[in-house]
Amino acid sequence: MSVQAAAHAEHPATNTGMSNVKVGMWGFLASECLLFGALISTYLLYRGRVGQAGGPIPHDVYDIPFTSVSSFVLLMSSLTMVLALAAIQRGDERRLRVWLVATALLGMVFISGQVYEFSTFVEEGLTLKTNVASTAFFVLTGFHGAHVSIGILMLLSLWGISHQGKLPPSRSEAVELVGLYWHFVDIVWIVIFTLVYLVPAPAGAGGG
Amino acid sequence: MATEVLPQRRGWTLHRPTATTGVWSWITTVDHKRIGILYGVTAFVMFLAGGVEALLLRVQLATPENNFISAETYNQLFTMHGTTMIFLVIMPLSAAFFNYFLPLQIGARDVAFPRLNAFSYWVFLAGGIFMYTSFFLGGAPNGGWFGYAPLNTEGGVLDVVRTHNMDFWVLGLIILGIASTVSAVNLLVTIINMRAPGMTFMRMPVFTWMTFVVQFLLVFALPIITVALFELLFDRLFGTNFFNVLNGGDPVLWQHLFWLFGHPEVYILILPAMGIVSEILPVFSRKPLFGYAVVVFSGIAIGFMGWGVWAHHMFAVGLGPVANSAFALSTMFIAVPTGVKIFNWLATMWGGDLRFKTPMLFAIGFVAMFTIGGLSGVTHAIVPHDTQQTDTYYIVAHFHYVLFGGAIFGLFGGAYFWWPKITGKLLNERIGKANFWLMFLGFNLTFAPFHILGLEGMARRTHTYPEGMGWDFWNMVSTVGAFLIAVSVAVFMWNVMRTRTKGEVAGDDPWDGRSLEWSISSPPPAHNFDEIPEVHEVDDFWHKKYAEDEHGRLAPAVAGGAGYGPSEAHAGGHGDGEHGGHEAIHMPSPSYYPAFTAIGFPLLAWGLIFSPALIVIGAAILLGGLYGWALEPSAE
Amino acid sequence: MLLALVLLLFTACTESAPQSTLEPEGPVARQQDDLFRPVFWIATAVFVFVEGLILLIVVKFRHREGRDAIPTQVHGNKRLELLWTIIPTVILAGIAVPTIGAIFNLSREPDPATRLDVTIIAHQWWWEVEYPEERVITANEIHIPTGRPVYFRLESRNQGAEIPVIHSFWVPKLGGKQDVVPGRIVHLTYEAEQPGTYLGQCAEFCGISHAYMRLRMIAHTPEDFEAWLENEGSRAATPDSGLAQRGFELFQSFPGGSCMACHAINGLDGAAARIGPDLTHFGSRETFAGAIADLTPEELRRWLDDPASVKPGAKMPDYGLSDEEIEALVAYLLSLE
Repeated sequence: MSVQAAAHAEHPATNTGMSNVKVGMWGFLASECLLFGALISTYLLYRGRVGQAGGPIPHDVYDIPFTSVSSFVLLMSSLTMVLALAAIQRGDERRLRVWLVATALLGMVFISGQVYEFSTFVEEGLTLKTNVASTAFFVLTGFHGAHVSIGILMLLSLWGISHQGKLPPSRSEAVELVGLYWHFVDIVWIVIFTLVYLVPAPAGAGGG
Repeated sequence: MATEVLPQRRGWTLHRPTATTGVWSWITTVDHKRIGILYGVTAFVMFLAGGVEALLLRVQLATPENNFISAETYNQLFTMHGTTMIFLVIMPLSAAFFNYFLPLQIGARDVAFPRLNAFSYWVFLAGGIFMYTSFFLGGAPNGGWFGYAPLNTEGGVLDVVRTHNMDFWVLGLIILGIASTVSAVNLLVTIINMRAPGMTFMRMPVFTWMTFVVQFLLVFALPIITVALFELLFDRLFGTNFFNVLNGGDPVLWQHLFWLFGHPEVYILILPAMGIVSEILPVFSRKPLFGYAVVVFSGIAIGFMGWGVWAHHMFAVGLGPVANSAFALSTMFIAVPTGVKIFNWLATMWGGDLRFKTPMLFAIGFVAMFTIGGLSGVTHAIVPHDTQQTDTYYIVAHFHYVLFGGAIFGLFGGAYFWWPKITGKLLNERIGKANFWLMFLGFNLTFAPFHILGLEGMARRTHTYPEGMGWDFWNMVSTVGAFLIAVSVAVFMWNVMRTRTKGEVAGDDPWDGRSLEWSISSPPPAHNFDEIPEVHEVDDFWHKKYAEDEHGRLAPAVAGGAGYGPSEAHAGGHGDGEHGGHEAIHMPSPSYYPAFTAIGFPLLAWGLIFSPALIVIGAAILLGGLYGWALEPSAE
Repeated sequence: MLLALVLLLFTACTESAPQSTLEPEGPVARQQDDLFRPVFWIATAVFVFVEGLILLIVVKFRHREGRDAIPTQVHGNKRLELLWTIIPTVILAGIAVPTIGAIFNLSREPDPATRLDVTIIAHQWWWEVEYPEERVITANEIHIPTGRPVYFRLESRNQGAEIPVIHSFWVPKLGGKQDVVPGRIVHLTYEAEQPGTYLGQCAEFCGISHAYMRLRMIAHTPEDFEAWLENEGSRAATPDSGLAQRGFELFQSFPGGSCMACHAINGLDGAAARIGPDLTHFGSRETFAGAIADLTPEELRRWLDDPASVKPGAKMPDYGLSDEEIEALVAYLLSLE
């Protein structure tokens, strides 16, 4: 196809110049924006509401310093992801694998932090079913956690493929795509951390 | 697309299948044309199922206080009728045409991701089958295609054993949503990245344009309903509180999320038919589409404005006068681009040389009937009176004029129009005309009375009605009309059967067409184009055939006539490799993985309802399939 | 084409339609109708114009034998495009102004000094009606005075084991509908001009017997309404002899249960439950069971024998009452005038 494109160089461009998979990934991420948009909207609507059930709202049990640290860990994983891509583009497959594993490990630290956070919340009486604020919180952050976990699987798969010598620099785009996904999931977390954890709940809510 | 990077194959992955005929060739195909046919056939079968459901509903409503079917059966049937017609008929029937003709119209050899394309189809099929198994596994969904909470969470049935009817609906729609999202991304990339040289956006056929808009709507609307469905599902399965009033939930959230998807969905259903009609009218008027750019931009405008009108489904909820006024305004003004399209279609026909072949009849029928649906739509925007109309048969009349008089007429027109391209044979014209007129008459007999019934106060979704309400006569008329529609569909099937054996051979360009699909053989070769065409203007193929002087007069083009390069000169050379160009054309190999992986979804869903063991099996198939897929060599 | 025919039939239609939105009987419904009619005729005019144009084009530009010249290739016309963008916009703007005026006008709360307040609690599948000031409770049949705005407070409330769902309150001849969403309290104003019975029903799908969730709005002259209120506010009659007396005893306790577990009767000790309809003056009603069954001994017998056979999903259980017990209960219930 590239041959033909060259042969008809007099025409205005009829493609983006990006590969199909990359355009496809952008399309998928656009769709994901709306997925998280709907989940975040649900949370914002419900964040202070407990109904007759009462019970704590998420803001009553947040441990902001702890979550700040795990957020920082996730942010750092974006940096290692960039280094992984830079490595394969340089042709350094060994460094690629190092940074892939580093990224996956940082992601796992984040997920472990989330598991720990969830279990302390449950101990403090905030469960999935406590009230609608808790439901919205767990489902939103749970969906995000699932996305991070899928990202970790993809990173480890890349590592495995590279380990078998089947991820030469000519296929660096695979790393780039996983990187796009990974950065997206990171950015979503920044939004969630800001809106869900840092913005205070409406006055008078909670405890109910 | 560099395909030759990894020639070696891992030991344990499946060979790429090689069958070119028989069942396995269909199961493993990644050819967009064959996938299009699969979509079309499946959607038509579902159309029959949804139609039978509708007939049963109409028999029940033919007379007051009828006991033909029970209230419970009625609720299951109307829920499945709506769900089927929207998600399993109009959407996949549109997808059939997207798949088959989008690559042909933009001069591509396939879609961007052929295996993903097959995957979309198989997931769609799996979702449809999954939903229909509910009939045998405890009862079909019975809570309405709109699935309002809290009726469909635990509402009202707390003291009764929880039934699984609506679990099938929720899970089925999630599966179908995955299929549509994957397909939408695929087609988006195809249009953005794979147009033939010279096929700029403003030279694309209008059907391709409307397809393009629809894929955007799908990509952005489906995640919203997915979230809503997950919330409903979690409320049902895990006892979460999203729509539980006692614990702070708000049932109106469901309505906002559902209609924020649901209104763009209406345009997802109608824009493809508008695209098809914009192809048919010029061909049979022998004139270009009037105001091509305006038609395209009004389609885009409808796509955008479709996001700002959702609350007109909720005027009776009590959102307050400010919100109601805002949505009344947006609802009124979305009629403007719609009206612009109608006038452009009329202007296309004006001054033309109209040939009333069956596709043309359906296209004109579309314009005539869609106008009615559009006008009744405007009356919904007068909020104070909409509180009288909403949830009555007046609404049912409106959306059947849009979705049957509109979408289905357009899609039938498309079927008659493109049948010769797909099969190489023309559907019979006389039977086709009988099909159209029966359907036109039956359609109006069925749905025009709904306007009256609605304004006379007949509420929707009621399994029966008392005597003495003044509704008896028109209900009977409507039931008769419904059977007339059934007859017209039978006539269509007869036409199809007859054409298989006795159909007239179509040739490459039976209608004197305008877009690229008519420049290749019927049916097209697997690789579509021997040489990728070069495009210089809108309706490029037409202009290859006819030269136009500055007064708009046409004369057959000089020397050589129609055609793009060697395909015409070497027409005899298809498939036997004589022509040098063929050897070099690498088409993607078939694959087992798309169909195999798709099986995982319904297993997961059945598992969520009945047994954790099935979840494990489903997840294993899904993951295994994806890994095998990822590692599958790209060609053999 | 066909719609024109339909329109003819439509105006010529003399069949009585007690739920017709086209025959408003109160100021609210009339204001809504006044908005609809001009829009309807504008839409009809556009309809006739467009469909007429289609017919004209189809006849005028049809292919004729022997005409093989290809028509002039017109690609568009900016002026026309502008024209048919602007004209619909102007028409729609013309419709929008009175619409928005009416939206705000109709959302106004009627003057508390003159209005009658009525609380409606929607259940699956019947309406509980409460006159809070007058301390009267009834079901499905809503009595109102003519010439006075009635301000309904609507809720879908949790009672007993019932989880509330969405309903929609609607009496077409008096006005448009209002959804009754659990967790929200909403209001609606109706006013009747003439005495009479106005039919209505639930308009939001609410489960298996949605079709059987009907209601009646019975408008009286103010004097008759006062008389009705007075009777409703009185304590229920206690029968002292005969079959009704036997039914009275059964009502309080029969083998396997008691009607008082769910139903209230003002004047009967211990009968205060509000799970099912209040039966204090049951015998004075025209209908029962969500206003679907005429209040006759036959219908009542059928109901007591097996409620779910009359109304699918009915919450009232089949107690397996004997014919004799049913006769006695029917006699008692009908005596509650």
